Amino acid sequence: MIKLEKLTKIFDTPGGTITAVDHVDMEVGEGEICVLLGPSGCGKTTNLKMINRLVVPTSGKIFIDGKDTDDYDPVELRRNIGYVIQQIGLFPNKTIEENICIVPDMLGWDRKKSRARAAELLELVALDPALFLTRFPKELSGGQQQRVGVIRALAADPPVMLMDEPFGAIDPINREVIQDEFLKMQQTLRKTIMFVSHDIDEAVKMADKVAIFRDGKLEQCSSPDDLLAHPANSFIADFVGGDRTLKRLRLVKVSEAMSKGAPSVTAESPVADAVKAMEDHGHANVVMVDERKRPRGFVHMNDVRDKKGPVSDHYEALEATVDAREDLRTAVSLMFSNDVTWLACTDADGKYAGYITQRGITHLLGETYNQ
Amino acid sequence: MNRTFRVVALVVAFALGAVAYQQGVIPQIIQRWDDVWFLGKEHMLLVAVSGGLAIVTGIPFGIWLTRPSMRKAAETMIQGLNIGTTIPTLAILALSMSLLGIGKVPAIFGLWVASLLPIVRNTYTGILAVPPHMKEAAVGMGMRPNQILWKVELPNALFVIFAGIRTALAINVGTVPLAYLIGGGGLGELIFSGIALDMTDLMLAGAIPVAILAVLTDFAVAQCQLWLVPRGVNPLR
Ligand SMILES: Nc1ncnc2c1ncn2[C@@H]1O[C@H](COP(=O)(O)OP(=O)(O)OP(=O)(O)O)[C@@H](O)[C@H]1O
Ligand SMILES: [Mg+2]
Repeated sequence: MIKLEKLTKIFDTPGGTITAVDHVDMEVGEGEICVLLGPSGCGKTTNLKMINRLVVPTSGKIFIDGKDTDDYDPVELRRNIGYVIQQIGLFPNKTIEENICIVPDMLGWDRKKSRARAAELLELVALDPALFLTRFPKELSGGQQQRVGVIRALAADPPVMLMDEPFGAIDPINREVIQDEFLKMQQTLRKTIMFVSHDIDEAVKMADKVAIFRDGKLEQCSSPDDLLAHPANSFIADFVGGDRTLKRLRLVKVSEAMSKGAPSVTAESPVADAVKAMEDHGHANVVMVDERKRPRGFVHMNDVRDKKGPVSDHYEALEATVDAREDLRTAVSLMFSNDVTWLACTDADGKYAGYITQRGITHLLGETYNQ
Repeated sequence: MNRTFRVVALVVAFALGAVAYQQGVIPQIIQRWDDVWFLGKEHMLLVAVSGGLAIVTGIPFGIWLTRPSMRKAAETMIQGLNIGTTIPTLAILALSMSLLGIGKVPAIFGLWVASLLPIVRNTYTGILAVPPHMKEAAVGMGMRPNQILWKVELPNALFVIFAGIRTALAINVGTVPLAYLIGGGGLGELIFSGIALDMTDLMLAGAIPVAILAVLTDFAVAQCQLWLVPRGVNPLR
């Protein structure tokens, strides 16, 4: 969808020439989010601005949908690319509604249609249209403004979006919320997005692909998991951080590391059944479920080996369970805070789905390193 | 606060009125009402024409100075205009007379020059003060240069431009009485005749309406500034 070929920008300044972007080749597929990452001054913004011609490349080509962007009228090109600048850039003289409708109005959309669209987009980012449409930017909080900045770029439904640190100005808690909203939106909108960040955690969370720059050169462009597991050189390894394996925890779902098909027992089952189930399965614990198959407790092999009676006489309560749709970070955090080495996992209905162990997690993460 | 202020203002106005009546000013004004009315209209015409001309020429000129092609020349020009303001308005009128002779035209020309600078300077600085990132957002969204001017730069500079107009008209209204000296007419006629004939009541019959007109003009411009500048960029609303 977006393809850069040997893209280069050299700035002539009184102090000499600066090569801001140096022969960059990369490609972002349709519906993908590609995050540009790197230290300050490495050329991320320049790279982004060349795509909508705010900066004219010194050499190299940019193709959008197979078409050379040199062949477009820059104004037409820009109207078809959503652009979010780092400083938000809402127009203070216009209401939120007018701000959102700028591009649709320039494209000559029907007024009713564009105003309805503005309301719909506000709802998408959890801002009440009845309250916000008629407000002015100065009457919004920083985080609210940033959301409006993003939906303004979405207003004319452009297939391509360029975003320069779109969530930079928001405090960490609200940033997570907006990132989640954005990802949810992207699931239905499937835009092709290039997105500048200097936050590795944000990149890992949002990206299908991460492109790491240094001094204008593209150092590595790969999936977040690949980047964290196999940084191409020591610069990247340093940049992604010594705790990169921990960062990978976010990328893997509990369901991927979970032992499925694990046996379970009910409160009424005799302990002998529980012992047999553990022996058959080769795990020293077995989960006890209630009549609706929700995990309620567990029995440990050492506690019941020679015991008699129903499981209900011998079980221990479960300190915590984890939803299989969560990421491993949540699971590990639960294990640490409850001082356990394994967790029972539940499916969307809260039913017992399997269990996850610390060994299982380290094994899964270790696998990629041995490839 | 506002209420007490209004009460105080009323009391002061009443006291001034009483003093003025006792001094024979009000009978004087009533007696010369035809003159006051005629000269007052002439006075306001001078303000309207010269001020209006300053607005319709000063704003485009200020805009022109902000265009990228003028980037280098603009600062020098503004410096030149700044030096221009240090010239007393009476001297401007005198220079105007030496150029154009006596009458309404040199008076209007002089007043126009005197009120031009604040408008040009505020238009120029107001537009340059629009943050570059806002303009970048506009360009990035696909606005053309004249759309950026009309939809982004001017509305955001409007409050500052109005402040310039307000200053310009204050200077203008204050200078108009001097226009009488080069044959421009207006209420200056009563003031200067009053001074020449040592008739305080005649002088005040000119001076008080001038003062009232100045206050009213400023009030009118302030109201325009309050209501015409969009709420989002208007610190007064
Ligand atoms: N208009 C310009 N004129 C001259 N040099 C420029 C210009 N714009 C950027 N540069 C230089 O190009 C280099 C890359 O700048 P760029 O803004 O792309 O960095 P960045 O990766 O976005 O950094 P940051 O994370 O700080 O935003 C820097 O060295 C910068 O000084
Ligand atoms: Mg940048």
